[in-house]
Amino acid sequence: MGAHRNVTRGYADELRLFGTPLARTGLAALVVVFLVLPTVLQDDFWLSVLIYVGITAIGAIGLNLLTGYCGQISLGHAFFIGAGAYVAARVGGEIGLPLPLWLLAAAAIGAALGGLIGPFTLRLRGHYLAIVTLGLVFIGEHLWRNLTDLTGGNSGTPVTAGASIDPVDFAALNLFGESYSRNQGWFWLVWGLVALVALLAKNLVRTRPGRALQAVRDRDQAAEVIGVRAGRYKIGAFMLSSAIAAMAGALFGSYQQFVSPDEWNLLLSIQYIAIVIVGGLGTIFGAVLGAIFVGALPALIDRYSEAIPGVQASVGGEGFISVFALNQALFGLLIVLFLVFEPRGLAGIWLRIKAYFKAWPFSY
Amino acid sequence: MTAFLQNCFAGLALGSTYALVALGFVVIFKSTGVINFAQGGLLALGAYLGYTFSNNLAVAFGVAVLLCCASAALVGATFERIVLRRMVGQPPFAVIMITIGLLFILEPMITAIWGFDQKQVTNPWNIRTVEAGGLVFGVRDLWTIGLTAAVVAAFFAFFRYSSLGLAMRVTAFDPEAALAQGISARRVYATSWAIAAALAALAGILMAAGPGGLTPSIGFIALAAFPAMILGGMDSPAGAVLGGLVIGLAEALTRGYQDELFSWAGSNVSVIVPYLLMIVILLIRPYGLLGTKEVRRV
Repeated sequence: MGAHRNVTRGYADELRLFGTPLARTGLAALVVVFLVLPTVLQDDFWLSVLIYVGITAIGAIGLNLLTGYCGQISLGHAFFIGAGAYVAARVGGEIGLPLPLWLLAAAAIGAALGGLIGPFTLRLRGHYLAIVTLGLVFIGEHLWRNLTDLTGGNSGTPVTAGASIDPVDFAALNLFGESYSRNQGWFWLVWGLVALVALLAKNLVRTRPGRALQAVRDRDQAAEVIGVRAGRYKIGAFMLSSAIAAMAGALFGSYQQFVSPDEWNLLLSIQYIAIVIVGGLGTIFGAVLGAIFVGALPALIDRYSEAIPGVQASVGGEGFISVFALNQALFGLLIVLFLVFEPRGLAGIWLRIKAYFKAWPFSY
Repeated sequence: MTAFLQNCFAGLALGSTYALVALGFVVIFKSTGVINFAQGGLLALGAYLGYTFSNNLAVAFGVAVLLCCASAALVGATFERIVLRRMVGQPPFAVIMITIGLLFILEPMITAIWGFDQKQVTNPWNIRTVEAGGLVFGVRDLWTIGLTAAVVAAFFAFFRYSSLGLAMRVTAFDPEAALAQGISARRVYATSWAIAAALAALAGILMAAGPGGLTPSIGFIALAAFPAMILGGMDSPAGAVLGGLVIGLAEALTRGYQDELFSWAGSNVSVIVPYLLMIVILLIRPYGLLGTKEVRRV
């Protein structure tokens, strides 16, 4: 049987999380990388890029549940991320609740907001959600600028939500007599949460609700005929994706320690859409892959803007395109190119490579 | 009363631009089933092309308007041909994403070519006004309303009486039956995109000739036309025009009475009025004022 260990022989095999030795080896390697990386790579810039990537990956997993698995387009991810950040500022910062509680509070409020908005649009067929969530971004921007008690208005608000789960404080980690920097601690915190959210999402999509979502995506009418309540699942997916987005926003705010309404714009939503498309619609690890490739782009472009020809390194500087505009164009281009040429995204490419070597020497 | 009428007039002028853009949305949605998010990009592109024709090439303004509509139509049809035709048979959801991508490609392209600073389009109207019955009418606003009325009438005549218009209606109704009758779906799709782009470009150049001038953010006006489309009904051209006017009126009136009635809602609340109105309409009449209610049979 040895030769068959890496081959799936039935549907049950396919559903197993870490069924094959190959998958288990890969997982072990990832765990080692996760544990060792921050101690090897101590550079604050790269660690912070990786932390932002991790936070983005969490949000992208949420969007992929909605877009990739349920086939609904949401342009409102930025709204929920912003809402989460303000929850962190108030609940985690002012009231001073510990990390697990402000994360859960953000998730609960994200889900509640999603549950308020979802029913308007998702009971209709077609892509009303895309348009309504587009409006949501603008309504949100107005709210964030005017609810000054909650958000600090245009000038923004500090987020003092702490990152400690008693007795471990991730912002000033002290383990086995070794003390670690804030960035190192946050790396472990964020990527640990990425793994947790990915596991939850994976478990969701390989069980009944996940199959129901995919049935709704592929043909909602047929799904209803076999007993799936399409409307209910669409709203559920939207609430879940909003809750995860709000968690990502809370982490984002807490890590950055300061947020302002300018950050929750349409471009942020588009970045998330680019991530799930580039990574691969309808795969959990695709969302993480996409976050690594696309989520790191803005920070890298900003850092190396002087080396890229034609890009303005500063406002009004030389070059014909600003850093912001270049990001915008890249996200747009990635969305179009991947949808036209590689609709299954990086995850699809990865699966093809894997299949090639699995079937070697009989690959074609 | 005068102030009210004055606000209504401003609303009609604004609503006319929304109506043009929303009509473009509906034309594409009806024939291809796609919500075209790139309309704002095409609008901005049209406006900037109009600026180039009118200012840099010193073409007469009327000709510049025609030229910018024609070139935008060409861009729209070309995009349909190069990108969207590859997507035939893919779920509409993927095509919608592509139009979102296109929007975000067009915007930075425009700033890269024309820059960020505000531009003034050379036009015969400027800030001239005429007075009648105690009201002040901007000449540009009058032209906007007049041109919109003329273009909308021309569109409905085309849609109703020409053979291509008939082909578009048939394709919208049942693409397969249309194909079986020998109607070229490709031509219909390309025409829809060309018409929508031309309508957007017209709206763009009319906006750009106004007091706000021409800035890269002009494309955002098209996003506010989405509520107009939903208000009127996604599949109803007449609804789009009606929705555009209603949204324009609501926005202008909110702006006019901002200080007296809406100061509690924060400054610039008029900007989000279209979206709030959209949510209300989805609550009480989800298929819009003139849209057809969908019937599903199993």
